[in-house]
Amino acid sequence: MGRTLLLVGTRKGCFLFESDADRRDWTIRGPFCEGWPVYHAVHDPSSGAIYAAAASEWHGSAVWRSPDLGETWALSSEGLAYDDEDGRKLSKVSTLAVKNGRVLVGVEAPGIFESRDGGESWSLLSTLEGQPGSEMWDDPANQPPGHLGISALAFDRDDADRFWAIVQGIGLFETTDSGTSWAPRNRGLRADWPRPHEDVGFCVHKFVRAPSDGKRMFQQNHVGMHRSDDEGHTWTEITEGLPTEFGFAAAVHPHDRDTFYVIPLDPGHGRTMPDGHAAVWRTRDAGSSWHRLDRGLPQQDAHVGVLREAMAIDSDDTPGLYFGTSTGQLFVSTDEGESWNEIASYLPAISSVEVAQID
Amino acid sequence: MADLHLPGTLTPLFAGLPRRMDVDAATVGEVIDRLEEQWPGVRDRLCEPGPSLRRHIHVYVDRERANLETPIESRARVDVIAAISGG
Repeated sequence: MGRTLLLVGTRKGCFLFESDADRRDWTIRGPFCEGWPVYHAVHDPSSGAIYAAAASEWHGSAVWRSPDLGETWALSSEGLAYDDEDGRKLSKVSTLAVKNGRVLVGVEAPGIFESRDGGESWSLLSTLEGQPGSEMWDDPANQPPGHLGISALAFDRDDADRFWAIVQGIGLFETTDSGTSWAPRNRGLRADWPRPHEDVGFCVHKFVRAPSDGKRMFQQNHVGMHRSDDEGHTWTEITEGLPTEFGFAAAVHPHDRDTFYVIPLDPGHGRTMPDGHAAVWRTRDAGSSWHRLDRGLPQQDAHVGVLREAMAIDSDDTPGLYFGTSTGQLFVSTDEGESWNEIASYLPAISSVEVAQID
Repeated sequence: MADLHLPGTLTPLFAGLPRRMDVDAATVGEVIDRLEEQWPGVRDRLCEPGPSLRRHIHVYVDRERANLETPIESRARVDVIAAISGG
């Protein structure tokens, strides 16, 4: 029977939750990574390794790796720095993507580093130099709170030279030549603020691509939900029917291109679930209508947030959904979101949740 | 020779790195050089590119705040502190 592994990145280390294919009973291991803040942890199916992007306030940024599903861990930041003469400073490693043993990590200030030796060493792959306005991305005067960085990366399923990157507050970009050149993929997105360049200046929080149809993408933007039917070349807003236009997390059904999950949040300073009622929202018709899913989720005084990488979906015939909150609760649904179980209540603040299914 | 004391946040990251040891070095920077020779990667955990000490890594030589250039007299005590951040 296969195993289901949840990789949970928290403010105090990485935790691993494990279950069988039923996904009902879970065991927990951790914290790993010496309690460093872990922003994103991923599993490489080709090598079996786990990678965790972490940034210690004391000891700087590094990528931790475990070749044996968490039994042993090591870290490296060899090569994970901008050149002295570059002028930029690497302050945080934010997001990971892995394919066929190649590991990418997105960092602040905006850049993508890669490792081809299983995370032992790193080299700068791209800073998206030449994109409209990119010369201003590292100007402190133009930085919003939290600073700009590469907040998400995603490989194409088949072509390892093709991937997408989100530059925080700037937009979504695609490369088909492994980072040598890039194209903005933001046409049709909404922005409620002035933008000096037509193709960029959009606040993309999260994007996902339908495994069953690569042309179909969804994104949670700072302002609205959006759908693309042409691999991100153009976008259509699908916010109507949701309680707010704001949120971070998103997931797309592994077998149905029209089914997509989001967790709307209050767009103000709180950025928690509206009115203290926890809910995931699902569309089964590509965003024409939305349905609230809250059975088993707290419906009173649940002022919880869910961050960009903190929702995941597995690839079962009846896929399991998982999300973690910024107050340390971890929820699981094994019926496509219809009902939820809380499998951990007192974790540190959760930054990321990823799922791996292992034979 | 420095009487070096390291923070408990650092030693779990490197196999065999003790909390306290004697290090033959003339400056704080040389102390870190000696550590790096034996435990590759230590420098990245204590210094930013430049190099300079990381913002929340404080070094004291005989109880005086130090930087990488600070000289070390014979039998000076060198404390490396993971400071301020946390919680």
